[in-house]
Formats: sequence, structure tokens, C-alpha cells
Amino acid sequence: MDYSQFGAMIPELIILGLFLVVFVLDVFTKDGSSKKWLTPLTTVLFGLATVAIWLIPSSGEAVFGGMYVDTTACKAIKAILNVGVFLVLLQSAGWVESDEVAIRKGEFYELMLVTLFGMYLMISARHFLLFVIGLETASLPLAAMTAFNKHHYESHEAAIKYILTAVFSSAILLVGLSFVYACSGTGSLYFDDIRAALSDGAMAEPGLLVYALAFVIAGIGFKLSLVPFHLWTADVYQGAPTAVTSYLSVISKGSAAFAFFIIFVQAFGTVYSEAWEWMMYAVIIATITIGNLFALRQKNMKRFMAFSSISQAGYIMLGVMTESALGLTSMMYYIFVYIVSNLGAFAVISAIENKTGKISMDDYDGLHKTNPWLSFAMTLAMFSLAGIPPFAGFFSKFLIFNSVTASNSMALYMLVLVALINTIISLYYYLLVVKAIWIKPGEAKIESFRSSFTERLGLWICVGGIILFGIVPVIYQYCFDAAQQIF
Amino acid sequence: MLFENFLIWFVVVPIIMMAGLACCGNNNMKAVRGVMVTCSSALLLMSIWLVVEFLRLRSAGDTSEMLFMGSWMWYEPLNIHLAVGVDGISVLMLLLTSIIVFAGTFASWKINPLPKNFFLWYSLLSTGVYGFFISIDMFTMFMFYEVALIPMYLLIGVWGTGRKEYSAMKLTLMLMGGSAFLMLGLLGIYWHSAASPENLTWNILEISHNGAIDPSWQTLLFFFTFVGFGVLGAMFPFHTWSPDGHACAPTAVSMLHAGVLMKLGGYGCFRIAIFLLPAAANQLAWIFIILTGISIVYGAFSACVQTDLKYINAYSSVSHCGMVLFALLMLNTTAMTGGILQMLSHGLMTALFFALIGMIYGRTHTRDIRQMGGLMKIMPYLGVCYMIAGFASLGLPGMSGFVAEMTIFFGSFEHADMFHRVFVIAATCSIVITAVYILRVVGKLILGPVQDEHHLQLTDATWWERLSTVTLIVCLVGIGFFPNWLSETISSSFAPIVNALAQAI
Repeated sequence: MDYSQFGAMIPELIILGLFLVVFVLDVFTKDGSSKKWLTPLTTVLFGLATVAIWLIPSSGEAVFGGMYVDTTACKAIKAILNVGVFLVLLQSAGWVESDEVAIRKGEFYELMLVTLFGMYLMISARHFLLFVIGLETASLPLAAMTAFNKHHYESHEAAIKYILTAVFSSAILLVGLSFVYACSGTGSLYFDDIRAALSDGAMAEPGLLVYALAFVIAGIGFKLSLVPFHLWTADVYQGAPTAVTSYLSVISKGSAAFAFFIIFVQAFGTVYSEAWEWMMYAVIIATITIGNLFALRQKNMKRFMAFSSISQAGYIMLGVMTESALGLTSMMYYIFVYIVSNLGAFAVISAIENKTGKISMDDYDGLHKTNPWLSFAMTLAMFSLAGIPPFAGFFSKFLIFNSVTASNSMALYMLVLVALINTIISLYYYLLVVKAIWIKPGEAKIESFRSSFTERLGLWICVGGIILFGIVPVIYQYCFDAAQQIF
Repeated sequence: MLFENFLIWFVVVPIIMMAGLACCGNNNMKAVRGVMVTCSSALLLMSIWLVVEFLRLRSAGDTSEMLFMGSWMWYEPLNIHLAVGVDGISVLMLLLTSIIVFAGTFASWKINPLPKNFFLWYSLLSTGVYGFFISIDMFTMFMFYEVALIPMYLLIGVWGTGRKEYSAMKLTLMLMGGSAFLMLGLLGIYWHSAASPENLTWNILEISHNGAIDPSWQTLLFFFTFVGFGVLGAMFPFHTWSPDGHACAPTAVSMLHAGVLMKLGGYGCFRIAIFLLPAAANQLAWIFIILTGISIVYGAFSACVQTDLKYINAYSSVSHCGMVLFALLMLNTTAMTGGILQMLSHGLMTALFFALIGMIYGRTHTRDIRQMGGLMKIMPYLGVCYMIAGFASLGLPGMSGFVAEMTIFFGSFEHADMFHRVFVIAATCSIVITAVYILRVVGKLILGPVQDEHHLQLTDATWWERLSTVTLIVCLVGIGFFPNWLSETISSSFAPIVNALAQAI
């Protein structure tokens, strides 16, 4: 075996190296005061890794017989996910240092880095075997992270729900893949081979195709919490520690969305109109609408964000319908903006939860009187999620709709119309939070407090991103350049 | 970029205004007022200079479609620019905005609570309005359009009166619903804006030069864009946000919203829907003529039975803004010129009304006309101003309303067919209904007997209130006496649009 092939996997190697450093330090330092360096060290090292992955050029090579490729698009996607993980690390610092968790914080970072490693493999995989390995590596540690508040009943419940759904969805995915294998009849699980087999109409079992794709969509749909595979989402988001919830809602979801795009465009792109266009059409409409309708009446902020993130996943999936580089560009940009906006909201939620333990929307009444800066940040995050200019969320929504209408197909125009009408519903519930903070009369229920430095830093990065990255098109341009080389 | 083009400063100054406000202390009223007065006066002077300079360039023989053009690349992959340029209509709209922002600043001299935050959102709102009027790129235009909508939620919700939470939510959702349709229409226009994919553009002038958009798509896109803008123009049946929203908004916000923001709807209708989709405009105008005709008559009748002063005015705005869209749909130069004059006239008049209602409400703490009366004896200055506003509204000669409505009806009568005649006559009747509700209020509220003994102790207008109202009255009467230069400026700017319409038949 030619070991120089590992040289092409620079982003994975960086994360793996970081994992080993954290692991060794965790094992060989005493518990207590000597471990207090672990959090800042991990955060700083991860920040450097993020910068490194952002800056190094992609090798553009396909290695291990084409199972793994490193294209500019893959590298840019990884860089975007890394930004999100860095923000999660910043905002989780307070929770990680709490008495209950501090002794196990090394484990938390290790699990997080392993899931990220798995997501990297999902994105770069061009063979279904490697993809499934990446998916499992990304899912299973997340169950352990969900159970991290081990003295809390809800945390366990969430973890059990998560692991059972994850295993079940993996099983469905594998059934789907075996159907794909049978259907293509090439004896190969490389994306390129499947694509070729499906395109020339020489399918071994054409009748299986629809079932195969339905199972694959269902399997990955669980990870993305697309409707009707979303039932685990709200309970898991509510029970998991807030840092893990924010990780689940942006990083886990974002990576699965990219993998979905790559698989469906690369492996199944040729059977788009005959087999999966209408399936995704229905799934997207259901996801956006159901997510929105259920979010309307949530009072628990974490459940609220869960349903909001379900509907956001529907908007992200719009990018898949385009099957084009422009669509991938908008999708990458959408996910970047979604990461900063959603993590901005979660930063406020977790800051308040850590200090006061309050998590209900009713507790936010009159927040602006005691915590004006948190109120400001939350308002911006809500506006950005709702797609209000001049904040970044407006640009990301506009550009993703723009890419969908590029084909000038009437069906897709109507899809965009449904999505647009849904933005009005979503505006209603995002404004409910703004209303609680600014308009509801009466005394504030949350006393004035000052959050830790890292939490504030994380929040400021999010606020800066929300304000700047729509008006200044650098991120969009970066995504556009990167998306020219998808495969 | 900043020093190449003058127009860009109409967006930069409000941003400076916001930055200045952000630096003020939370309850430092003096500093907040200082920033607001300085910047809104600067904007007013800039607008006046722009009008003068525009007229000078035109009389010097500059006949290009738009003046003060500038364009900077923004989102390169999609050919999105920050493109600016003005013609005679946008110049006047900018002037109207500046006058109302200026008057609104003085009308909310004693705003409470959170004065700094109020003016921050107020400035953001005006940034959106200015940006909308200077843009000639559809994306930029749409972005500024939405920027102008969202501050309304907080402005009404926090500083409003009455059922403010309900009204704020209703207004925001309905207007954003309109802009959802609008966004789809704009996306459609963009993807059909040129024959080859490399030349796709958001620039309105380039689209119109590129030749007509595929007629099979025009119908749908016209429907989306016109309804999208029509919601903000308070077109029946999408007008229901307007009475509730205006009744609950604080004074300056009602002024700015009814005075300027509703004009964004009319402006967008002709600048995008009619200009870029002329074939569909010729075909589909009749549907919207029916709807706006209903707006005109229905709004006027509704105003007759209301007892809350703000509701009376809000319904009167529905009627008058319906008149604006009605005139634009007549698709000839005279009527459309009248439509723009009506925009200016209604903007100033309704701002004056809402300012006066705010001042009266600040003293009597009621807006119900059954509980007030004889205000002329108590506060003669405000009483006289109210009567002047009323006369402008019912179209008394010598006031702006007369000029505008006469032009509209002359233009509309150029259509000789039965359909147009019927609707024009119906619309003309609304003038009489307008007189009914205006004179009812004036007779009862201003001239009638004093209803409440406590009102006798109330005082007349303060200096900042006088400044605010005088500014508006001067402009109202000014248009009434010297309409000629205005209608010439406006009608010459309609030439490209009318040409496009004529070619599309």
C-alpha cells in the first residue's frame, strides 16, 4: 500500500492530530487544577486548525482508488463546518467548566473531534462504504455527547432516543444501498460507477430504483430531520445539553446536507427527473411547512429551535433540487449563515440557561431591561433566521431561491412560492421571541448578569457574521469559487 | 465610491445618523435630538440641492434617462450591483421623504420611553426608504424595501398605543407576505432579463433595453410584482393592515409610513411591474383597475363611519393610495403624472393629519371624536392646521389635492371605452364622499361646542410642533399654487415607460 496517499487527507489528519493531542493530555494530566488548561488549549488549537483548513489549498487528488477525494468544494465545506465547531467550543466553555462536567471535559472534546472526523469522511467519500463508515463515526459518539449531563433524566432519555433512531436509520440506509447495488448491477459501490450504470438505461433491476432512492432518502433524512423522519428531533434537542443541541442543529445537520447533495448529484444525478425529483419535492414542502407549524406553539426555547431548525433544513434542501454548482454555492453560503445565526441564538439561550437555568420563552419577557446586549444579539439572530435584510439571513434565503428558479421550471417556481409563504409563518414565530424581549410589559424575569469571556467572544463573532457577511460578499464569493470543482 | 456619486450619501447619512445615535447615552435626550435634527436637516438640504441640480441639468439639455448614475459590483457571480440613478420622479420622492423625516423628528420631540432606540429604528426605516428611491438595481431595491418594512414591527410594538401587539404583527406579516410574492416576481424577471445567460442582469434600465421579456411569462410575473407592491400600496383586498397599523403606530411612524412608505408600493408598481412587463400591464390592467376602484370608494365610505381620528385617516389613506394605483393603471402620461402628484400630495397631507392627531391626542388623551369638540376655541393654531389639511384632502383648489385629482381624472377620461368610463366616474364620486367625512370631522371636532370641561385648560402648539406643521403646510400650498414645474418634471420622466407600453401593444 502506498502510504503517501494519506498526504492527500490533510484536513482529516489535522483533526486526527488534534484529537490525539487532546487525548494524550487528558489521560496524562491529573484531575483538578492541572486540567484547567485543557479548555483554552483545545479552543485555541482548534481555532488554528480552522484557519489552517481555510487557508491550505486542496490537493484535488482522488486517493485509495477514488474512494476519497479532496476537491475545493469539499475543503470549503469542511472549513465552514469548522467555523461552526469553533463557535460551539467557545459557547460551551461555561458549561464544560461547571462542576458536574469539568472532570469529564476531555471526553467531551474527544467525542466532538471524532464526530467531526466522521463528517469529514462523509463529505469526501466517493464510495458508499467510506460514506457509511463516516456516517457511523459521526453518529454514534453524538449519542454519548447527548447523554453528557449524566445526572439528568432528560439527557438519558434523549440519548436513548437518539441512538435508537440513528441505528434504525442506518439500517434503512443500508437496505437502500443494497437496493442501489442490486439496481445498478455493476458490482461496484463507487458513485461514478453507479452514475454510469443508471444513466445508460442499462439498469439490472429498473423497478427497484424508486424503492432504493426512497430508502436512501429516508436513511439520510433521519440525520437531517426531514419530515416525516423528524420525530426524534424535538425530544433530543430538548434533553441534550445545550452545547450538544447547538452542535446537533448546525454541524451534524450541515454535514449531512452536504453529503446528501454530493450523493444525489454525483451518484443519482442522471435519474433526477424520473426517480427522486418528486420525492424531494414532497419532502421539502412537508419539512418546511410542518417544521414551521409545530414551531408556532413552542414555549421551551430548545424545542422551539428544534422545530425552527427542521424548517431551515427544508430551505437548505432546496439547494439539492438545483443540481448545479450555483445551487451548491447557495447551499454552502446558506449553511454558513445558518451556522452563525443559529449559534448566535443558541449562545444567548445557553448563556441564560447556565446563569439562571431558565429556558422558557416566557422567562424572556422584558429581557431588554436587564440584559440589553443579549437582547440585541438575540434580536439580530432571530431577524437573520427569518431572512430580514440587511442581515445575512436575507441574502442566504434570496440566493438559494435565486438558484432554484434558475432552471425556469414552473414546478420549481411553485416550490419557491411555497417556501416563500412559509417564510412568513416563520417570521411570525421568530417575532414572538422579539416580542417577548422588547414588547411584553412587566418586570424582567431574568436578572442582569455578565457572561464569561469565551461566551461573549463567541456571541460577538456570531453577531459580526450576521451583520457583515451579507453586506460584504466575501463568503459567497469564496463558496462560488470553491463550488466550481465539486467532484 | 463615496465621493464619486452624490446619491449614495442619501444612504450614508442615515447610517451616520444611526452610528451617532448609537454613541449617545441611553436617556440623553439632548444628544439624541441634536443628532436627529442635524442629520434630518442635512438630508433635507441635500434633497433640495438635488432637485435644483436635477432641474439645472435637465434645462441644460441633459436628456439621458437617469441622472447621477453610478454602479458598483456587489455579488459578482450573479451580476448584482449597487446601482443608483434618479429621474424626475425619484428626485421628488426623495424630497418628500426628507420633508417628512424632518417633520417627523420634530413631531416626536418628547418620545418616551427609550428615545434612543426609537430614533435608531426610525433611522433604519428612513435608510430603507432612501435606498429604495435611489436604486435602479432590482436586488438592491428589494433589499432596501424590506429594510424599510421590518423596523415597523418594533416601532409600533414598543411605542404604539391601543392594540399595538396585534396591529404590529398583522402589519409586518401582511407586508412581508406581499414581499414574498414580489421576490418571486423579481427572480422571474432576472432569469428572463436577457436572451443569453451571460447577460442576465438586475439593472432595470438594462432589462428594458434588452427587449421584452417572454410574453408567456409576463402575465405571471406581472401578477406577482403588482400584487407584491400593491399590498404596500393598500390595494383592496390587501389593505387591512393599514387601518390597524396606522391607528396603533406612534405619531412620527404613522407620518412616515402613510406619507412615504405607502408610496414605495406605487413607485414600485410603475418602476418595475409596468415598466418591465408592459405587455402584461396592457392586458391585465383591468383586473387591478377594478380592485383599486373598490379601494377608492370603499376606503372613503369606511372613513365616514369611523369615530377614531386615526382610523378615519387610515381609511382615507386607503382611498387616496387606491387613487394613486388607479391613476398608474390608466397607462397614459397625464393620468400617471396625476398619480405621482397624488403621491406627493397625499404624502404631505396625511403626514400633516397624523402629526396633528398625535398633537391633539397628546393633549386630550382621546382620539374619539364623540368625546371632543370645539377645539378651535381651545387650540386655535392646531384647529386651523387641521382644517387646512382637511381642505387639501377633499381637493379644494389652491391645495395640492386639487391639482393631483384633476390631473388624474383628465388623464383617465382619455380612455373612451365604457369600462374605464364607469370606473372613472365611480372614482370621481369618491371626492364627494371625502368631503362628507372631512367636513363631518371638521364640523364636530374643530367648530362644534366644547364637549369636555377639562379640555378648556389645554394649551396650543409648542414651537417644535409649529415647526413640524408649518413645514408641511408650506409644501402643500406650494404644490397647489405652483404645480407646473412639478408636472413637467414628472411627465417628462414617464416618457420611457409610456414608450415601452406603446411598443408592447
